Amino acid sequence: MSNGKSILVDTSLCTACRGCQVACKQWNGLPGTKTKQIGTYQNPQDLSSDTYKVVRFAEGKKENGKPYWYFFSDMCRHCVDPPCLEKAGEPSAIYQDKASGAVIYTKVTKKLDTDAIIESCPYNIPRMGKDGTLAKCTMCLDRQQANMVPACVQSCPTGAMVFGERSAILTEAKSRVEALKGVYPKAQAIDADSVRVIFIVSDEPQKYHQYAAG
Amino acid sequence: MTNHYIDLQHCDVFLIMGSNAAENHPIAFKWVMKAKERGAKIISVDPRFTRTSAKADFYAALRSGTDIAFIGGMIKYILENEKYFKDYVVNYTNASFVVDEKFDFNDGLFSGFDPATRKYDRSSWSLKKDKDGIPERDLTLQNPRCVFQLLKKHYSRYDIEKVSAITGTPVEDLKTVYEMYSTTGVKDKAGTIMYALGQTQHTTGVQNIRTFCIMQLLLGNIGISGGGVNALRGEPNVQGSTDQAILFHILPGYLAAPRASQQAFDEYLKNITPKSADPRSANWQQNYPKYAVSLLKSWYGEKATKENEFGYSWLPKIDDGQDYSIMTTFDVMYDKKIKGLVVIGQNPACSLPNANKIRTAMTNLDWFVHMNIFDNETASFWKGPGMDPKKIKTEVFLLPAAASMEKAGSMTNSGRWVQWKYKAAEPPGDAISVGDIIYRIMSKVKEFYKKEKGAFPDPIVNLKWDYADKKGWFDPMKVAMEMNGRFLEDVTVGDKTYKKGECVPSFALLQADGKTSSGNWIHCGGFTQDGTNLSMRRKKDDPTGLGLFSQWAWAWPVNRRIIYNRASVDLNGQPYNPKRPLLAWVDGKWVGDVPDGPWPPMSDQEKGKYPFIMKPDGLAALFGPGLIDGPFPEFYEPLEGPLSNNLLGKQLTNPAIKIFSRSCDPVAGCDPRYPVVMTTYTCTEHWCTGGGTRWASWLTEAMPRAYVEMSEELAEIKGIKNGDEVKVESARGSLTCIAMVTTRFRPFKCGDQVIHQVGMTYNYGWLFPKDCGESANLLTPTVGDANSMTPEYKAFMVNVRKV
Repeated sequence: MSNGKSILVDTSLCTACRGCQVACKQWNGLPGTKTKQIGTYQNPQDLSSDTYKVVRFAEGKKENGKPYWYFFSDMCRHCVDPPCLEKAGEPSAIYQDKASGAVIYTKVTKKLDTDAIIESCPYNIPRMGKDGTLAKCTMCLDRQQANMVPACVQSCPTGAMVFGERSAILTEAKSRVEALKGVYPKAQAIDADSVRVIFIVSDEPQKYHQYAAG
Repeated sequence: MTNHYIDLQHCDVFLIMGSNAAENHPIAFKWVMKAKERGAKIISVDPRFTRTSAKADFYAALRSGTDIAFIGGMIKYILENEKYFKDYVVNYTNASFVVDEKFDFNDGLFSGFDPATRKYDRSSWSLKKDKDGIPERDLTLQNPRCVFQLLKKHYSRYDIEKVSAITGTPVEDLKTVYEMYSTTGVKDKAGTIMYALGQTQHTTGVQNIRTFCIMQLLLGNIGISGGGVNALRGEPNVQGSTDQAILFHILPGYLAAPRASQQAFDEYLKNITPKSADPRSANWQQNYPKYAVSLLKSWYGEKATKENEFGYSWLPKIDDGQDYSIMTTFDVMYDKKIKGLVVIGQNPACSLPNANKIRTAMTNLDWFVHMNIFDNETASFWKGPGMDPKKIKTEVFLLPAAASMEKAGSMTNSGRWVQWKYKAAEPPGDAISVGDIIYRIMSKVKEFYKKEKGAFPDPIVNLKWDYADKKGWFDPMKVAMEMNGRFLEDVTVGDKTYKKGECVPSFALLQADGKTSSGNWIHCGGFTQDGTNLSMRRKKDDPTGLGLFSQWAWAWPVNRRIIYNRASVDLNGQPYNPKRPLLAWVDGKWVGDVPDGPWPPMSDQEKGKYPFIMKPDGLAALFGPGLIDGPFPEFYEPLEGPLSNNLLGKQLTNPAIKIFSRSCDPVAGCDPRYPVVMTTYTCTEHWCTGGGTRWASWLTEAMPRAYVEMSEELAEIKGIKNGDEVKVESARGSLTCIAMVTTRFRPFKCGDQVIHQVGMTYNYGWLFPKDCGESANLLTPTVGDANSMTPEYKAFMVNVRKV
């Protein structure tokens, strides 16, 4: 299906306030995990069965020698044709919500070849919990069904995250990229045609995150 | 803020300097991003590349504490390249005023300095006046003794190479910032300054802001939409608490606190009320007697009479030359001269400089009352590191308080908007609002003084104290109305009569004869005559299209959303920038924002008044003789700095600062043991000392432990790797934390010297979580700004080494 819903994540507007990371935990009832300071703002270090959304921080030097600091609020892309769903081949474990296109995991994932499913995700998203089930972002399907936008989008102060009809989001992504290209020639909307959660970056995706573009 | 948060969207060039707005004002920052989407440029100047810098179009690094050199260079650039907005400078600033012959500046000192007392005799910092007492002006700005020429001369010394050698900012970067920002010196462009504690927490803090003011006035950026000098205050209610006189030197509404030499009310009023002989100057402060009398009527009610000077003699007076700042208070406590302490919602054991001294000082108390929503390092100081509870005599009372969402009341944001909020939940357990706690304590104190008298019972027994509802609970609405003020008798003004008991609908109606009360004159007008609380308004009408939202809540003064807004129009009252007309004189009246006074435009020679109504002369002060450390800002090194010479003059540090010289307050500038500059700050994830946020697991998960950010170059010299445990030491204390080695900090090249800088947040403390590390304020020095006594948290010296 190619209609349904989409989320736009325009990293050029993201200030890495991590409101989305916290809002996700708050709505989904996920605990604050025990973390360590290892010399980065990024914490938790990675996604987990307790963390469906993590803001990744990447820094380095630009060509002119000045620093850059890129923020990438990583989450499930809710692929239009999800490889994990195909790999599972079991609709009671992984299915696509008809109205929104959200890719939903259930407790039945425990019975699947979890390693193979994790391996199948180009964006390195699914994580296995202690109980053996797979966990990840639900696109806040429960909120959507109650006519609310996903918690992460709701929390975003700068408008970096936008939720809406996929067709409208695709149009907006296109116009934002066009506008950004004036200043940032490398600007792009990553895999816009094949994912529902579309990240706009203004530099090479790998500079943001290893799996930003799959 | 001169402007307000929503107005940031109208800016063309942002200079964010001394603020990390993206991290510390994340919601407000959306207006910056909105402007950026429109094509506005953002400049971030900070010792460290921050989340704000990451969103900026241009980033320049400067060494902590060198802001005046940086902006002084910009003032020179603006003046010498004629980038200033000439009409504005001539008509709306004191550039044309002529300065007294005796005023001088030499070798880093202004005329009148007495090294023995570290004080200036400011008599020579005055303006020449004509026979009628009106300041002399030279509208051609050519007189060598006019403010404009003296300003030019003062900053002619700030040449760009010298500035670069002081700040460590490369010359090319300085040039880029100066060029980008000074493009706003035209009538249809706006530049705004966003600053915060990165400017104020220096020994030259107030002068840092003055430098911004001068620059903004030269560019015509004050009083206009998208412009201004905008202090981003702490988000809960820092603006509100300042308005209500949380600082020692003021009474509510920024009236001066009485001094011991002002024993008579008349004497006090004479001192606080400026005079102007110029009929074109509104000199609004001439009304201070009305506000002071109304304040006393509010506090003492019927007990305040003309005969007893409205109870003025009951007010505490500050000894002349003495300050009661928080650093001095704890210094006196350290000296065992203070017996009791009440701390409300603060954590001085982690938030004040030289926190080891603060914690030791508290052991000298007989009693200590703490009101908070959580336990913190201050409440539990007696069981902190190095403390032996058995040897501490202090009796500690921890009173559980309601959190902000568990009580009603007003909150005032940085844009001066007073917004009423409603109670969203009941406080847990025994917790009650701080208003209730204070109300109950004071009621009991009054009862005791009434019964047992005491040495000086009058101020206490005469205090009007009637802010409870029918059930005896503290009623914030009653307090809000008291702050607004009432007519205490029928009062007729012009052809209108106001009845006894009605709310005073504007401070213009307050009286100096005791017929009105007002607990805070700047709040007067927040209620209508019939008692409607305007801070409860939630209408989203926006007739100007500028986002003033004049019917959403209420802003002081008199619902003016951008102050000094008559400077946004030309002499005929027509907006300088027709694309963003904040105010315009149309058919004999002002249209737009609430104007800074009702008078017609300046071209009306008879009735027109100058736009800067809070200045005695009516014009904005490029030359500002009101501060104690100079009428022009001058660059001085921080008290504890890395350099032994000031490249701009013989005076190394601010000559007028107070020195705390006891052995508990060592200072080690240019000391090989502490070769690294350090600064402190906060992050998005924690609030201040973390007293509230460290208990929130999602926030400690995101920022779990104290860290020190440092450059790759310094880390290599010190043999430190990213993530290593390191010790940070100053002359006052030390702590262990995690090294964050980053390209976002770079060494500064200051002339021939390479200066390294590190930085830490002050979000942590020993209490909770157990392994999160200690307060960065164990390291900071006890020294403050010469005018405000705001501590110099932002620039001092440390060493860093691998544990």
